[in-house]
Amino acid sequence: MIDTLRMSAKQVNDLLETGEASSDEIFAAYRAAIDERDGDLNCFLHVCDEAPGEGIPVALKDVVSTKGIPTTAGSKMLEGYLPVFDSTVAERCKARGLRTIGKTNMDEFAMGSSTENSAYGPTRNPWDPERVPGGSSGGSAAAVAAGLAPWALGSDTGGSIKQPAALCGVVGLRPTYGTVSRSGIVAFASSLDQIGPITKTVADCAFLYSVIAGRDPDDSTTVELPAPVEIPEAEDLRGLRVGVPKELNEAEGIEPGVSESVNAAIELCRELGAEVGETTLPRSVEFGLPCYYLIAPSEASSNLARYDGVRYGLRVTDGDVREMYMRTRDAGFGDEPKRRIMLGTYALSAGYYDAYYGQAQKVRTIIRDEFRAALEQFDLLVSPTSPTVAFPLGAKTDNPLAMYLSDVLAIPPNMAGLPGLSIPCGLSEGLPVGLQLIGPQFSENLLFRAGHALEHALEFDYVPPRLA
Amino acid sequence: MSWEPVIGLEIHVHLKTRTKMFCRCALEYFAPENSHTCPVCLAHPGTLPVPNRQAIEMTILLGHALGCDIADHAVFHRKHYFYPDLPKGFQISQYDEPLCVDGAFSLPTADGEVPIGIVRAHLEEDAAKNVHMGGAQGRIAGADRTLVDFNRAGTPLVEIVTGPDIHSSEHAKRFLQLLRQTVVELGISDAEMEKGSLRFDVNVSVRPEGSDELRTRTELKNMNSFNFAAKGIEREIQRQIEIYESGGQVVQETMHFDPGNESAPPLRSKEEAQDYRYLPEPDLVPLEPPRDLVERLRGELPELPSLRMSRLVDDLGFDLAEGLVVSGRDRLFGQISGDRTAVANVLMNQFAASGVDPGSVNAKELAKLIEARDSIPRQAFTDALAASGDPVFSADAYLADVQITDTSELEQLVDQVLAANPQQVEDFRGGKQGLLGFFVGQIMKQTEGRASPKLVNDLLREKLGA
Repeated sequence: MIDTLRMSAKQVNDLLETGEASSDEIFAAYRAAIDERDGDLNCFLHVCDEAPGEGIPVALKDVVSTKGIPTTAGSKMLEGYLPVFDSTVAERCKARGLRTIGKTNMDEFAMGSSTENSAYGPTRNPWDPERVPGGSSGGSAAAVAAGLAPWALGSDTGGSIKQPAALCGVVGLRPTYGTVSRSGIVAFASSLDQIGPITKTVADCAFLYSVIAGRDPDDSTTVELPAPVEIPEAEDLRGLRVGVPKELNEAEGIEPGVSESVNAAIELCRELGAEVGETTLPRSVEFGLPCYYLIAPSEASSNLARYDGVRYGLRVTDGDVREMYMRTRDAGFGDEPKRRIMLGTYALSAGYYDAYYGQAQKVRTIIRDEFRAALEQFDLLVSPTSPTVAFPLGAKTDNPLAMYLSDVLAIPPNMAGLPGLSIPCGLSEGLPVGLQLIGPQFSENLLFRAGHALEHALEFDYVPPRLA
Repeated sequence: MSWEPVIGLEIHVHLKTRTKMFCRCALEYFAPENSHTCPVCLAHPGTLPVPNRQAIEMTILLGHALGCDIADHAVFHRKHYFYPDLPKGFQISQYDEPLCVDGAFSLPTADGEVPIGIVRAHLEEDAAKNVHMGGAQGRIAGADRTLVDFNRAGTPLVEIVTGPDIHSSEHAKRFLQLLRQTVVELGISDAEMEKGSLRFDVNVSVRPEGSDELRTRTELKNMNSFNFAAKGIEREIQRQIEIYESGGQVVQETMHFDPGNESAPPLRSKEEAQDYRYLPEPDLVPLEPPRDLVERLRGELPELPSLRMSRLVDDLGFDLAEGLVVSGRDRLFGQISGDRTAVANVLMNQFAASGVDPGSVNAKELAKLIEARDSIPRQAFTDALAASGDPVFSADAYLADVQITDTSELEQLVDQVLAANPQQVEDFRGGKQGLLGFFVGQIMKQTEGRASPKLVNDLLREKLGA
C-alpha cells in the first residue's frame, strides 16, 4: 500500500529503490488518488494516463511546456495547444526518470494569488475546499498537499510558489533568479519568473531543485550554480544569524494567528542555536508591491503580445487582421491578463516610461541594496510568507488590490532576485501558516539547512486532517 | 534663393551568418515557404532568444569599417507593434545603447572627400514576409488573404544610420554604392537589393544655402535600386523647393514607392505617432564584447574600398576609379599591366558587359587576354571575356585565333563589298560619311569578325578616296 497522502517523495523513491513497489505501481497509486480526490479539488488541467520513465511521478504547473501534452497556462488562449518541444525543466525531470503525471491548474498566465483566475475553474484547498489554495501555483501546491503527486514544479514571479505552498501547508522554493532555466516556460514577467519545487519536505525540495537547477544554453540569463546542491541533514541552527525584518513582520494586514505561529518559529530558531536579531528594510515593503505592479505588468504586456491568433492557439476570425487581433485577444484573455496588459502598455508608453517602468527599476536597485545590507548583518531573514491563511473562495475576486496584497511579503525579496523558501510553521484557525526564509543570492543550501532543522523541530503534520 | 538638400540615410543589411539571429534555423533565400522555422522564430510560448555570436562579430567588424566606437555595454530592446509578420509582437532591436556609435565615413567624390557621419550601427532581427494572395502579384491592394512566410523571421540585420551630412542625390547614390561594396568585401553580407538583403530609407529636407537649420523632412521608402533612389531623391528635393518657393510648408510624411512601377507617384502616409514602447529585453543580458575580441576584429579589417578608391583617383580620374571599386573590379585592375586608363576602360566596358563576376576570375589569365586584345579578332575577345569566369578558362585558346592582317586578302574583300553595293558607294561619295560603318560591318561579317578593324578602315578610306 502506497500512502500517497503521507509519504514524501523520498519515501516513495525508497519504495522503488528497495523494490517494494514498481514505478508503474507508484504511478498507478497517484493516478488513483487523482481519480478519487481531484474531482472536488480541480488541481489538474490535464492528467496523463501514461508517461515514460523509470522513476516516481512529478506534477508540472501548466506553464511548463511539455512536448505533445497540452499546455494552456490556465488560459482559453492556449486551449488545445500542444507544445512541439519540452521545456528544459521538463527535459531534466525526464532525464532523471521522473514521470509527468499531469499539468496543474493555475491563475491564467500565472497572474493571481488564488488560482481563481484560471479559465478552467478554481482549485480548492485540500485543508478546506471552501478556501483557495493560493496562487498562482495553486494546483501544484494543492496536488502535493492532497497526495495527488509526490512533488511538483511551480513558477514564482511575485510569490506564486511561496504563497500557495504556505496556504496549503507544504514546502516551496523560489530559487535565486538565474539558477533555473526559463526555456519553455510560458512567460509572464521575464525578469522575475523562476521555476521551483513544491514538496512535502525540505529534503525533497533540495533534491528536486538539484534536478532542475544549473546553466542552460537556451536561457541566456542562467548561470552555473556556485556549489552543488546539498541534501540537508542539519538538526540545529548553531552559528546562524537570523534577522527579523521589522517591516516584513509587522506589515498591516498580517493576521494575529499568522504572527503568533511565525513568532513561535522565530523563538524556535533561537532554541535551535541561532542568534536572532531585529533588522529593517524601510523601503522594500512599502515600495516592493507598487514597483512589482509596474514591472511585472509591463513585461507581461510585452510577453503576451505574441498571442495574436496568427500562428497557434485561439483565433477568432472576423473582418481584417486588426479585427482578428482584437476579437482573438478579447475572447482569449480573462480579466486579470487584460488588466495587466493595459497597466503595462500604459507604463511603457512614450512619455510615461521614465516615470513608471524606469522609476520602478531604480527602486528595484534600492530594494536590492537594502536586502544586501540586511544580509551582511544576518545569514538569513525570516517573516510570514503570506499575511493571511487561506481565504474563502470569492473573498477577494472583486477587489484586485486586496488580492495583490496577498503577496506583499513575498514580493520584496523577489524584486531583489533573492531565493525564498516557505515552510509550514503551524496552524491558525486550523489552516497552515507559512514561514518565509530569505537568503542571499545562491544561498539555497543555507535555506535548505535552516528549513530542514526547523521542519524537524516544528513537527508540522502536512496531511490535511479532513483527508487523513 | 539657392537651396541646399539635406539627406540622411538608414540602411538595412542582412548579415550572412550561418543561422538566424536568435535561433538555430539556417538562413536560406528562396527556400520553400516556412521550411526554416522553429519554435523560437515562430514565437511559441516559453521560447527564449539566444544571440548569434557570428552576427555580433560581423557587426563589430562593420563598426570598425565605419570608424565607429564599439560599445563596452550594449543593450537589446524590444520594439513593439502588432503585425502578422512579427511573431512575438515585438522586434528585438537596439535602442539607446547600440553596439556601434559615432563613426565617420569619408566618401571620395569628384570634388574631393566628403565626410559623412555614422550616427550608429545596431544589430536587430528581421521580420517575416507577408505574402498577399488573390490580388495583383504579391501586393496588398486587392488581395483577399495574406499568408506569412517565416523563413526570413529572425534574420540578423544591421541598421546603419548616417548623419544629415549628404547634400546631393548623386552623393547619396555614391555613398550607398560604396557602402554596399564595403559590406560585400567584409564578407558580412551579399547586400543584394533583389534579395532584400540590402534595403534603405532616405530622409530628405532642404534649406537655404549657407544655413545650418534642419527643416521638416520627408522619408522615402521602398526604393529598389540606387538609380531609382537618386531619381526619387532628386524629385523630392525639387518638390520641397517648389513648396517653399511658393510660400508653403513641407509636411512630415512618408512616401512609399512601388518597386514594381517606378514611374508611379509614391503613396503617402502621414507620419503616425508610432509608440513602440521600447523595453530592455529581459531575456538577454547586456552585450559586453571583450576588448580583446574587439581588437582582434579591428586587426582583421581589410583595406577598405573608399581608401583604394582614393588611391586610384590620381591615376584614373574619379569616374573610372569609382567604377572599378564599386564594381569590385579594382583588384583585377591592379593585376593587369598596360596603359592604366585603357585597361580600366576595358574592365568597365567590355568586361562589365560580359556579366562575369570579378570574384570568379583567374586574374593571370584575364591579364594575358586583355594585354593581347589588339592582336585577336574582336569577336574572339568578346567570347573570351564571356568565358573568363570559368574555372578552367585559359587565354591561350583564344589568343591562337589571330586577326587577318594580310592586306592583299582584305583588299580583295573590300573590292567585292564595294562592287556589290554601288548605291551605298555613291551615297558615301555624296557626303553620307556614316556609311563607312556599313562597309566595315559587311567585311566583318564575311570574315566572322576576324579582320583587323584598323586595316579595314584604312583600306576603305583609300578605295573610297575619303
